[in-house]
Amino acid sequence: MSQSKKDEILHDHNHDGVDRRGFLKCMAWAGTGALCVMQGGVLKSYSMSRMNEWNLAKMAGELSFAQISDSHMGFNKAANPDVAATLKAAVDKINALAVQPEFLLHTGDISHLAKPEEFDTVDQILKGAVAKEVFFVPGEHDVIGDEGQQYRDRYGKGTKGAGWYSFDKKGVHFIGLVNVVNLKAGGLGNLGGDQLAWLAADVKQLKSSTPIVVFAHIPLWSVYPEWGWGTDDSAQALGYLRKFGSVSVLNGHIHQIMQKVEGNVTFHTAASTAFPQPQPGKADSPGPMKVPAEQLRSVLGITDVKFVRGQHALAIVDSQLG
Amino acid sequence: MKDRFVRIGLAALLIALAAMLTTVGRVGGVGAQEKAPAGVAVKIDNFSFGPAAVTVAVGTTVTWTNRDDLPHTVVSTDGVFKSKALDTDDKFSFEFSKPGTYSYFCSIHPKMTGQIIVQ
Repeated sequence: MSQSKKDEILHDHNHDGVDRRGFLKCMAWAGTGALCVMQGGVLKSYSMSRMNEWNLAKMAGELSFAQISDSHMGFNKAANPDVAATLKAAVDKINALAVQPEFLLHTGDISHLAKPEEFDTVDQILKGAVAKEVFFVPGEHDVIGDEGQQYRDRYGKGTKGAGWYSFDKKGVHFIGLVNVVNLKAGGLGNLGGDQLAWLAADVKQLKSSTPIVVFAHIPLWSVYPEWGWGTDDSAQALGYLRKFGSVSVLNGHIHQIMQKVEGNVTFHTAASTAFPQPQPGKADSPGPMKVPAEQLRSVLGITDVKFVRGQHALAIVDSQLG
Repeated sequence: MKDRFVRIGLAALLIALAAMLTTVGRVGGVGAQEKAPAGVAVKIDNFSFGPAAVTVAVGTTVTWTNRDDLPHTVVSTDGVFKSKALDTDDKFSFEFSKPGTYSYFCSIHPKMTGQIIVQ
């Protein structure tokens, strides 16, 4: 009862537009049926329960892709005893989208313990996606024990260094960064000198009007350093992107939806397909959050990103699995 | 006749008691002679090592136990020791045979740090 009431209040936001305060509320409600959409640099929110009322024509763009994250295959604790089923549900949801995304983007923690069979299971499930192309970056769980050698053998063909790379799709330049190897005691995520030098060279020849999408596992903005939710040398990386008019940064790692706009840069973190984690500082540690089974899918999700030419930002639509 | 049986019974009882005492004594003796392995436990709870700093004698074996729902590792910053990924309730032990200060962290969650001081 109270749940639907919240949705009603949220729906009013759709018509009014959402200010910073509204946006923060929206973030908090992400697990209870709210959607946050970034379109042309303006934040809009949509209620997931009113998905059938979406103006799809307005939301259409020249390029769309879906982001999934933190599938943690192999995790089997109380917070979600069946992470394969929820990943499958995410793929089903993507397959059901009216306009199929060009490709999928997985922002890391594919596996829970970097075991070959965990990667195998994910690969098998992703084969069920209508979109056949999948781009990855590793999470810290994918590089356990071997600093990512197995990950690169599987997913890193044609990548540089620890697995970083870039590619172009319909005029948008995508950059996959690795910030989960060579982590230092007491530190945060880490890109390292070699990768930063590569990034500087990679974007040097691009026109400043080129839309840029950067994706990496650990947030490239300081979400909550106390829990390791940030990257030590991200400021340097973002410095190289200053000349571009539209930069979107997509991350995973924190198992919840957050967005931030800073000048030309839109930061976005995606929900996990496996289990939710608490809001920054709202628990003793960032460990898995146990929610009642019937609520689990409402706090997991996928992100559908559409690029609309002529606008200054990507429209990012998060949807829950339930 | 009756007295003799009682006496034999008493003697048997005494022998049995003596045997028991000897056994107990032997067990105690072995324990005292062979130095029992000194162990110190460090628990991993809520993304932290507890206690975060421990002082131990040379020859001490430290055992870490992960009690979180997520995996952690125990990795020395100087490369002296390195555990594999410890899932829930997994343990990792290392015997410290040389004095020194050993700093370590979880390579998955590097904000987690600890120290073993060996004297």
